[in-house]
Amino acid sequence: MKLNGAKILLESLKREGVKHIFGIPGGAIINVFDELYKQKDLKFILTRREDGATFAAEGYARSTGKVGVAFVTSGPAATNTVTGITNAYMDSVPIVVFTGQVPTNLIGNDAFQEADITGITRPCTKHNFLVKRVEDLAETVKKAFYIASTGRPGPVLVDLPKDVQTDEAEFNYPESVSIRGYNPTFHGNPRQIRKVARIIAEAKKPLLYVGGGVISSGAHKEVYTLAKKLCIPVFTTLMGIGAFPETDELSLGMAGMHGTYRANMAIQHCDLLISIGARFDDRVTGKLSDFAPHASIVHIDIDPASISKNVKVDYPIVGDAKCVLQEMLPLFDEYEKDWKEIRKPWLEMIENWKNEHKLAYVRDGKTIKPQYVLEKLYQLTKDIYPIIVSDVGQHQMWVAQFYTFTRPRTHLSAGGLGPMGFGFPAALGAQVANPDRMVINITGDGSFQMSMQELATAVESRLPVKVVILNNGFLGMVRQWQQLFFGRRYSGTDISVQPDFVRLAGSYGIDAFRLEEEKDVEEGLRKMLDCSGPCVVDVRISREENVYPMVPAGAPITHMLLV
Amino acid sequence: MEYIVSLLVENKAGVLCRIANLFSGRGYNIEMLNVAPTMDPSLSRMTIVTSGDERVLEQINKQLNKLIDVVKVVEYRGRPYVEREMALIKMHTDASTRAEVLRIVDIFRANVVSVARDSYVIEVTGDSGKINAILNLLEPLGIKELARTGKVAMTRGG
Ligand SMILES: Cc1ncc(C[n+]2csc(CCOP(=O)(O)OP(=O)(O)O)c2C)c(N)n1
Ligand SMILES: [Mg+2]
Repeated sequence: MKLNGAKILLESLKREGVKHIFGIPGGAIINVFDELYKQKDLKFILTRREDGATFAAEGYARSTGKVGVAFVTSGPAATNTVTGITNAYMDSVPIVVFTGQVPTNLIGNDAFQEADITGITRPCTKHNFLVKRVEDLAETVKKAFYIASTGRPGPVLVDLPKDVQTDEAEFNYPESVSIRGYNPTFHGNPRQIRKVARIIAEAKKPLLYVGGGVISSGAHKEVYTLAKKLCIPVFTTLMGIGAFPETDELSLGMAGMHGTYRANMAIQHCDLLISIGARFDDRVTGKLSDFAPHASIVHIDIDPASISKNVKVDYPIVGDAKCVLQEMLPLFDEYEKDWKEIRKPWLEMIENWKNEHKLAYVRDGKTIKPQYVLEKLYQLTKDIYPIIVSDVGQHQMWVAQFYTFTRPRTHLSAGGLGPMGFGFPAALGAQVANPDRMVINITGDGSFQMSMQELATAVESRLPVKVVILNNGFLGMVRQWQQLFFGRRYSGTDISVQPDFVRLAGSYGIDAFRLEEEKDVEEGLRKMLDCSGPCVVDVRISREENVYPMVPAGAPITHMLLV
Repeated sequence: MEYIVSLLVENKAGVLCRIANLFSGRGYNIEMLNVAPTMDPSLSRMTIVTSGDERVLEQINKQLNKLIDVVKVVEYRGRPYVEREMALIKMHTDASTRAEVLRIVDIFRANVVSVARDSYVIEVTGDSGKINAILNLLEPLGIKELARTGKVAMTRGG
């Protein structure tokens, strides 16, 4: 039986197991929306901007590992997705974005709402497609999902001209695809795995460097086993938070620019750095020539191009972290060593750093300190493992530092691109995927103003996301740099002219209230957590609080400004 | 360091753009570029001449391999290979220079492929050293136009 392209698209998505789609309609994708209206298996969540749709698709993907999907129209809608797509690219998040396009015979004519979106997104997608014939549509969808979700995951865009949506073709969904230029490696080289196992077993002061790749590959259990078995301390990147329980005695927390003293000192002194699913980002390494000066480096990563990109790696293994570790772990049984005893001196050094320069802040008993809010929030929610979604700025770093994460996919943060406005829509997407979980967006007054139009989405789609605005009346992270490095010239960072967030949320019919004193924080958070629907809490925090420790950009990571 | 890399790529729209994007986005320079279909019409061979230190070259290689439309990356470093380039050179000629131009053409085993009243078009094939050498000699005699194909390369033996 012949189906039109719009229907073929939806049928294909169902075969891929898609349940939810985020987006906004328009003329060039109206036929797809018409088919969407006629069916019940795919649930559509209408966002209020297309960047909200892509961020929501990312929140969906980041919280589950499943591919997030968005539908938008051509031209301005397509260009509105570029930030979300770039964000997914930087953080290796699997999403597929379908954009409407003008009919094939008008492409290239500067038709109304035409944008060369495949051209625009070429550098920020893992791959993209312009479908020119309805006969190619089903196979293209199959390829798009395959590419987005395998290897190093990433965003794929599929551009759908209007005539491809209306033309008809036989629907045959391919069982599998093979793409001759795309063969992701999953299994590491066995000889190299054996060699690396020996190097790890022989190291005196090994250190695990755990990135987001451990979460996307689902290798957190294997990492835990490795660390515990050989008594190896662990630090994570921002993206790796949750891959190793921060409550464990081997956890050093996050390293890097705003990392812990103990993690950065451990990097400085280790003799073997074992990086798994991380990419030696400058926010972690600081000045490269001073990074891990005494260490040999092992790097396990699915992306060969990540290896030796920034730092020369001594022992590379290309492969999926989980597969590689599963093959490596049994090899340690050959060593009859008392790891606890061997590790004693190294763990003692670390213990000393742990007790120096702990993450700290100063309370005055009255003004609300953001760090206090996050510590309280952790105490109140630690048994329910909520999904905490950060936005971008100081509050993002405070979340990473002061909330304690113990499970993967419970900390969603835009690490690579850092687009303000990510948090709230991403939290909505995470809530769609996890209807029974508590989802909390920690945002800033600046970031929230970049996505607060999505309050309507929360109401309409009944998404009980909790929003905590850590409101300092500043674009705080930039203000902090101005204070420390630009003689306190607060150029363009004072945002004390702002809406009354409580009344704003109220106008959508959303529960909202304000907290202004430390003594009210605990009760306020409880009230928020008890809310059955969405809730917005405007927390007035001390305005000029800074994120410490801080390593100035370009300095060695041991040059830390401390509280 | 000069570096020649040859790619087998899908022969379809936008592929050249992806590769050019990769070079410009990551700050690498393309010094020469040559593209044409292979015996299998669904594939093109692309030969790119670029430069950089060891680390940059390794990255270029890996990043190219990551592109879905790149089916194979062949690099020639450390392997015996032949490279050739062709140039078409339009020479301004008159009675005083014609003989000298023809002598040079002869020495380099080049060909005159078009003759007009006041110009020749010369075709020369060889490695870059040879092309540069003939250009050096012809230049004082009046080169009007130059078109070079960029290098193509192939490994020697099986
Ligand atoms: C879209 C976008 N624009 C600008 C920036 C630069 N920037 C980084 S953090 C920040 C301030 C964020 O302010 P707010 O959300 O209030 O968070 P705070 O730092 O105050 O906690 C800005 C402007 C950015 N990351 N993203
Ligand atoms: Mg702020």
